[in-house]
Amino acid sequence: MSFITVRNLWKEYGDQVVLENLNLNVKQGEFCTLVGASGCGKSTFLKMLLGQESASRGELLLEGEAFPEEPDRNRGIVFQRYSVFPHLTVRQNVLMGLELEQKPWLGKLFGAARREALDKVDAMLESVGLGHSADKWPHELSGGMQQRLAIAQSLIMRPRVLLLDEPFGALDPGIRSDMHDLLLKLWQETGTTIFMVTHDLKEGFYLGTRLLVFDKVRNDPHDPQAFGATITYDLPITQTNENLFDDINNSVNQTARHQAA
Amino acid sequence: MRMINRHPGRVSATLLGLLPFLLIMLIYSLASQERLADNPNDKLLPGLEQMTAAVDRMAFQEDRRSGDYLMWQDTTASLERLGLGIGIAALLALVVGILNGVLPLIRSNLAPLVSALSMVPPLAILPILFIVFGLGELSKVMLIVIGTAPIMMRDVAQRVRELPGEQLIKIQTLGANSWQVITRMALPQVLPRLIDAVRLSLGPAWLFLIAAEAIASTEGLGYRIFLVRRYLAMDVILPYVIWITILAIVIDQCLRFTNRRLFPWYNAGGH
Repeated sequence: MSFITVRNLWKEYGDQVVLENLNLNVKQGEFCTLVGASGCGKSTFLKMLLGQESASRGELLLEGEAFPEEPDRNRGIVFQRYSVFPHLTVRQNVLMGLELEQKPWLGKLFGAARREALDKVDAMLESVGLGHSADKWPHELSGGMQQRLAIAQSLIMRPRVLLLDEPFGALDPGIRSDMHDLLLKLWQETGTTIFMVTHDLKEGFYLGTRLLVFDKVRNDPHDPQAFGATITYDLPITQTNENLFDDINNSVNQTARHQAA
Repeated sequence: MRMINRHPGRVSATLLGLLPFLLIMLIYSLASQERLADNPNDKLLPGLEQMTAAVDRMAFQEDRRSGDYLMWQDTTASLERLGLGIGIAALLALVVGILNGVLPLIRSNLAPLVSALSMVPPLAILPILFIVFGLGELSKVMLIVIGTAPIMMRDVAQRVRELPGEQLIKIQTLGANSWQVITRMALPQVLPRLIDAVRLSLGPAWLFLIAAEAIASTEGLGYRIFLVRRYLAMDVILPYVIWITILAIVIDQCLRFTNRRLFPWYNAGGH
């Protein structure tokens, strides 16, 4: 039995079909990147994995069980922005998850338990390269540092699935490649299953073990909402080559133009 | 250079800011001098001398009848009512506002009521308050509470809902239950915004305080002003108005300072 099973999954909003007939099996520890034009349902699929949206039809299973219908501690998330809490320092941001878990009413740790948790927090901050910024406020950090913090905040909970929604979309190219290295390192260390949505096809080709392309197979020029997107390519990353990249790129761009028209 | 691009320097900005005050004082003193030259007993535009004499009499000499220092007595009575009223209103606003902002079930239940209440003109129900709560302290405090709480409740709820949706999802993925979402995410981020809401509500609060004191009271800044109006005692009224203004400014600045000290992340663009 695979870790995550998607069977005949549809998502519709009224007349508008977003996803049609999605089928997918993902093993534990895979690093899937989701690419595709805007409006092709990659973020919707991610939201369904997160529990923010539910399927209209079909099944979405985690180890054979239906996904919980609200976000929980097994599924971490990093958004493009606003993932960290502005009223907490870097260290408090990472500590928060541990405190919430251990103290359902107080939500705060004290004394020895706190010191023990802080050791974990500091180790996590060190591994994402924020060791020297532990006492800063989030607004004092650059965009890249804030994303490092958001990742650390999620990973300290040891989630079974880590979901990334265009996490590096707002970053400069140089910073972005640093973040790729960091993400790969953390993924190898923790063995977490990762789903990452990205606009950048190159990013999809370079990172991860598996590339999922979301695209529309059918298109009605008079009614662009009539058909939904599905997974058109599902590739292990080793198979990637230049021609294939161009193929996918053309197809995705064509859909994007249809959407815009 | 266009007018919209011309900025004053530091010194000239201060001078420009002071200018209207000086101008008003100048016009007042000229007009006052002119009237006093005509009639030294004129009461309408008292000069500086008469006003200092009045302040000295009200604030630094015992009242011949009661033996109290009237201005301080008035000040403490008024500030007590104001503080109690605004304090209760802020607390209510915090509780109701956060519940309205965080819990959809409560919001459907309470938000229409809060909206309707905030539309009731508070002074229109002042007579009801006097009838129900009597003419004592309670009715005056209640007027301030009723006048300011609903608007602050709406403000707090709005501020909670303005928190990015990403944060709400994020804290759930960290395992938070609803109570923890309130205590660790909504409450701490809404406190500085509540202080801002209180600062904005202080204006209306003073209005309700003085209105209530003018109608039924035996002490208080508003009571005194309306009492001495009978004798056209502008030499008391004007210093009282200036004193109230100073108090309002000091309270406002204290709150601003508190906000900065307690919530460094809030004022440094961290929200």
